[in-house]
Amino acid sequence: MKPADFPPPFDASEFVAAPSDPDDERIQVGVLIVGAGPAGLACAIRLGQLLEGAPQIAARLGDVPVAVLEKGKQPGSHLLSGAVVNPRSLRTLFKGRVKTSEMPFYGRVEHESVYLLTQGRAMRIPAPPTMRNHGNFVASLSQLGRWLGERAEEGGATILPETTAAKLLVTDGRVRGVRTGDRGRGRDGAELANFEPGSDVLARVTVLAEGTQGHLTGVALGRLALEGDNPQVWALGVKEVWRVARPLDRVIHTMGWPLRAGPKYREFGGSFIYPMGDDMVTIGMVVGLDYRDAELSVHDLLQELKTHPLLRGLLKGGERVAWGAKTIPEGGFLSLPRRLHAPGLLICGDGAGLVNVPALKGIHYAVESGRLAAEAAFAALQPGETPWRPGALARYDESLRDSFVWDDLRRVRNMRPAFGRGLVLGGALAGAMTATRGAFPPGSSDLEPDADQELISAGGAASYPAADGKLTFDKLSSVFLSGNKTRDDAPNHIRLQTDVPRELARLWENMCPAQVYEAVEGGVEVTASNCVQCGAITAKGGRLTPPEGGSGPEYTLT
Amino acid sequence: MKFLVFLEHHEAVLQKDSLGVLGKAASLGGEVEAVLLGAGVEGLAADAGRYGATRVHLMDDALLAAPLPQPRVDALETLVGEQDFDAVLFAASVLSADVAAGLAARLDAGLNWDLTDLAVEDGKLVGKRPELGDSVYADVGWTSEPRLALIRSGTFEPAESAGTVEVEKFESRLQDFSLAATMLEQAHEESQGPSIEDADVVVAGGRGLGSPENFALVEELAKALGGAVAATRAVVDAGWYPYAAQVGQTGKTVSPKLYIACGISGAIQHKVGMQGSSVIVAINKDPNAPIFEYADFGVVGDLHEIVPKLTELVRQRKAA
Amino acid sequence: MKIAVCVKVVPDGQLRLDPQTKRLDRSGEATLNTFDVNAVEEALKLKEAGSDVEEVVIVSFGPERGLEAMRKALAMGADRVVLVSDEAAAGSDLVATSRVLGAALERESADLVLFGQQAGDSDGAVLWAAVADRLQRPLISQVAELSREDGKVHGKRQTEYGYDVLEAPLPAVIAVSDAINEPRYPSLKGIMGAKKKPQETLSLGDLGVDAGDAGEAGSRTEVYALGDPPARGDTVKLEDDGSAAEKIVQFLLEKKAL
Repeated sequence: MKPADFPPPFDASEFVAAPSDPDDERIQVGVLIVGAGPAGLACAIRLGQLLEGAPQIAARLGDVPVAVLEKGKQPGSHLLSGAVVNPRSLRTLFKGRVKTSEMPFYGRVEHESVYLLTQGRAMRIPAPPTMRNHGNFVASLSQLGRWLGERAEEGGATILPETTAAKLLVTDGRVRGVRTGDRGRGRDGAELANFEPGSDVLARVTVLAEGTQGHLTGVALGRLALEGDNPQVWALGVKEVWRVARPLDRVIHTMGWPLRAGPKYREFGGSFIYPMGDDMVTIGMVVGLDYRDAELSVHDLLQELKTHPLLRGLLKGGERVAWGAKTIPEGGFLSLPRRLHAPGLLICGDGAGLVNVPALKGIHYAVESGRLAAEAAFAALQPGETPWRPGALARYDESLRDSFVWDDLRRVRNMRPAFGRGLVLGGALAGAMTATRGAFPPGSSDLEPDADQELISAGGAASYPAADGKLTFDKLSSVFLSGNKTRDDAPNHIRLQTDVPRELARLWENMCPAQVYEAVEGGVEVTASNCVQCGAITAKGGRLTPPEGGSGPEYTLT
Repeated sequence: MKFLVFLEHHEAVLQKDSLGVLGKAASLGGEVEAVLLGAGVEGLAADAGRYGATRVHLMDDALLAAPLPQPRVDALETLVGEQDFDAVLFAASVLSADVAAGLAARLDAGLNWDLTDLAVEDGKLVGKRPELGDSVYADVGWTSEPRLALIRSGTFEPAESAGTVEVEKFESRLQDFSLAATMLEQAHEESQGPSIEDADVVVAGGRGLGSPENFALVEELAKALGGAVAATRAVVDAGWYPYAAQVGQTGKTVSPKLYIACGISGAIQHKVGMQGSSVIVAINKDPNAPIFEYADFGVVGDLHEIVPKLTELVRQRKAA
Repeated sequence: MKIAVCVKVVPDGQLRLDPQTKRLDRSGEATLNTFDVNAVEEALKLKEAGSDVEEVVIVSFGPERGLEAMRKALAMGADRVVLVSDEAAAGSDLVATSRVLGAALERESADLVLFGQQAGDSDGAVLWAAVADRLQRPLISQVAELSREDGKVHGKRQTEYGYDVLEAPLPAVIAVSDAINEPRYPSLKGIMGAKKKPQETLSLGDLGVDAGDAGEAGSRTEVYALGDPPARGDTVKLEDDGSAAEKIVQFLLEKKAL
């Protein structure tokens, strides 16, 4: 039995529409960017720079030349990453305007260690070339996003927080904009007293920068025939931020325990431990969602990881101050869409799958793609050009293919499928792959959807520690710490079959870090208001749709 | 130290919390006087004497008949201006909070609110104020006199003493703006029983009840105790009980004197809504339920047996 | 007619006290105090209901970066923001805050001043009474139903003893409870228009308030120390042997909870 046997009741056509508001109620903007993350905000910032030098074009774009929709309470509210950031793209974006020292980083990586863990022991191994971080910076992506949002607004962009992009507006194969989500509906969908309907937001160019599991990105890829040869696959990351008594002087990555070796488990992943200044560290656990054990819980693996002597010592006397979870697209080069543009449309960042898995990096690709998208959009707004002419935005794909992003991703292209076959010594492998420029490991490079993995029950939960409320925590107290204040009577935004076999119900219950699902007699019960919108359910047999704008977590340190 | 305690009354009875504050002031040493404002309330002064006041300042005036704060600020300004008090203490209520804050502005005096204790340390009055959901306790003080303090309701128990009381009448000119607001209707009870935020006793039900019908057990116990019924998010979500009764992170925050949790595991979302309760009793069949970590009295057992028995025992005791 | 709504910008997420200053750490994200959103909603309802309401102005006192959080009120439909912000005003207690806010409200001379039920950070629920006294205006607090006719407002509210109904002539100060309404969501056009609405920042000097009358200098209370909450006492946990109900009653009697 596999999750894909129980597909969610989801029809993409439900989320594609023609504009329906009367003409005078439509909101017209120049370039509409969906998602205030590193890709979307880099795009907004670059557009601001370009329009600054082209006032006549800016004037043609109307009162709101650049608008950014953000479903979270503010930019950064839904952003979560490691993160060690390669500053390369940010330097390019802010060249001559902002120095690296003025960016919200916690400091440059000076030392790094990679450990292979066993229960109770840590063996230091050489850092593979893809994991070398000298010259990179530790950051909270949530804080970086907030800062980028301020820069974008300074540059003239209008950020519209608490607003979801619910439908893609398409006429005659041309993307016209999006319809924003309704607010103020009850559990059953009925309009409450404070109901506020969504609006049609129309734009000359729509840039989807929705991040991992982008709702409209997924819809657009299918409807506009942009999908590549391989499906996208994902990993789930759960992380915490701790205030600690003693500073950590290096970035640490670990492999091995508490994950299990052996092909039948397909447990691909590891952990990261980064210093955030002198008094905080962040610890995360990342596991590929092609795992098979219905008992596995990434949240609880993170709790177990913290009981390792290496971590215990680090966290002694400390206090957990933040928690969050998010999926990471892991297919890399193999899963890239065929094209990242369509008439009136550009797709950037994690939504496009621009992540380098062995290097654990995607933020600089997001920024780079956002910047290149801005340049392509700007070119298509020149007099004599129209962004909805087929091919008018092709320049975006071309420039991305010519960029270091493409080169990097191609180089590590076969990493992910090889891991799926049970190779766990990632260090050696990633090293060999880098040395051979992607030719190793050889063999077919097909990816299977995460939801196509047969489920097993392999006792993954047996060793998880009980929550003590000091070092280890249960899921609900963690959701609480995420700042999630979603109202209880909001409509359920998660599409899935509820009448499913127990094993699948257990998979969802254990997988979800936010305790949204509970296996009950005859199926699964859903508490949608717990959801932190990590996206794991979409990978494993359900489908996340946008919840009410402004709901979900309120990350500030992740 | 000379204290003045504001006496609140309703339907010719002094409020218990005011008497509790009197008792606390008496226990700190020094002179304890009280102020009684109203119309036809002179008879209540003697009661104040039995709970620690040595003198009651009385302003009996038809203009003070309605329990409105602003004329009381005028009266207190006069009294405090004529006599030196080191501190003026109020038991928190809708009325007294407005009186205390108005007086603070009038006198440019410091007001510390939500205090759960008072002490005299090195001759200085120090208040204890819980902050951030009662996770931190601050020691607070005043930099000028008189010191105004609002005491959290239900903090001090009245202590009867055998003192005699002197009644001293005073007059005050009430300001026009203080008399501008008027009461049209008063104390018109509309709701059935106390709301969960106002109740002294809250009996809450969770998924451990097993079915919506079993909420009757919780309701019966609440009725016997004169309390209100609350529910967890899980059961509200399941449609077992209305949202208005939900306690927790996304529901209401309650701090009754007694909270009885029936079949509630006590996840942190629930805890934040009820951790301010003075006494917490939990009944749950799962011995590992988190609620046992913070319940004062936890019973591992079947609530379907225990709750009806408890209800019966409470009824018997109340009847006796 | 002009309505002023007093709002507070409070730290978002987990609250923390700075051990040095013993004040709330306000360095992180900030948000509009949720209880004040009910007051904004009520003001907008009055404006929509009565053609004589010309303006809803948001008045606040706090750090300048709070302006951004106050945009939510503008997005909902309020017309303008006045923020009193001055470094000398940091650490103001009730007396100092009511003095500064009172001065700002005097300058606005609104016919109706609205407050929310409490501050989500300090749990303070008294400021309106101090401000009403500064302004020498009638006050109705805890209002759960507000209506207005012929230059008067009626407020229905719940107290410890049940409901009562009060009346006050305008100009007046009203504090509303969060039961009074369900705040609206800002429309997209509202959010887009919010940034362009007038947002004025005033210093103490602009209001003629002496720096010594605000901040710590103008305050009359202080915090000596921060400590842990008292231990709850021993917790009892026992297995039911058939006598649990009796034991609970005994325990309640000991605790005087019955």
